[in-house]
Amino acid sequence: MSEAYFRVESGALGPEENFLSLDDILMSHEKLPVRTETPMPRLGAFFLERSGGAETDHAIPQGSKLELPLWLTKGLFDNKRRILSVELPKIYQQGWRTVFSADANVVDLHKLGPHFYGFGSQLLHFDNPENADISQCLLQTFIGRFRRIMDSSQNAYNEDTSALVARLDEMERGLFQTGQKGLNDFQCWEKGQASQITASSLVQNYKKRKLTDMDD
Amino acid sequence: MFCEKAMELVRELHRAPEGQLPAFNEDGLRQVLEEMKALYEQNQSDVCLQMEWFNHYKKSLATYMRSLGGDEGLDITQDMKPPKSLYIEVRCIKDYGEFEVDDGTSVLLKKNSQVFLVLRYFKSYEC
Repeated sequence: MSEAYFRVESGALGPEENFLSLDDILMSHEKLPVRTETPMPRLGAFFLERSGGAETDHAIPQGSKLELPLWLTKGLFDNKRRILSVELPKIYQQGWRTVFSADANVVDLHKLGPHFYGFGSQLLHFDNPENADISQCLLQTFIGRFRRIMDSSQNAYNEDTSALVARLDEMERGLFQTGQKGLNDFQCWEKGQASQITASSLVQNYKKRKLTDMDD
Repeated sequence: MFCEKAMELVRELHRAPEGQLPAFNEDGLRQVLEEMKALYEQNQSDVCLQMEWFNHYKKSLATYMRSLGGDEGLDITQDMKPPKSLYIEVRCIKDYGEFEVDDGTSVLLKKNSQVFLVLRYFKSYEC
């Protein structure tokens, strides 16, 4: 019942994402709309549809609108806004915020961007005037949805949970899985399996792979 | 540039069941390393240009500063902003005695006394 393998957890809900966390790497790769505030010589080679072409040295002119991954935007952003200015993606703007406040439970957060909470939290780094509203929205949305997640994770034993997790974002899914694990561990204990020695899941998987190799 | 190939590798690992490593993706890894090498080389060439420019600038600035104000030259990097007022307030650390300014008036510089003087009589290392 103890952990066979510890993954590096996401730090996205805190001040900074974790460098070694796979979840954070995937989250940080999501793009957001930015506007260049200064011309960028030679970087147009990476954005062939936007740059001036070979004669102008592939420069990206000032004021271009681009979509950059979060990790790149964070690296280039600075308080005096010399290089980039960041626009909020639609789902964090006023319109969607009203939808979330109306009823947070019906929204498909997985479709809106599988890392809604993590990405939204890291978005607060860009000194947007709406930051207070965004953080309130993230918090209230989570509060609205939490009850259902907790209930469903604690009461779905040994069944197919795909319908329950379909509309949850990655963070909520992690929470659901933790709940499921707690439930399974408890059931295990109740059956008296807690004091029995069982093969570790890692070893079981390894054995399975070996079998298929032999079959080939 | 946006590490799409590298992201594929990360996704592959992420998808793998708990505690297992997917088979070593030699091809993918090689492509990523090549991309990294190409980016690094482009960066290096930009840096070289910048270094050349900076050395040139450094030398020009030093030559110019040496050619100003008298024998030792004038360090113009000391005050980056224009002064707000015509006068500067000075506190003396040591007794100097009488100091005669260009228009004939003299000022008595005693230890810890504070005095207003016209800005242009000061280079920062003399105070």
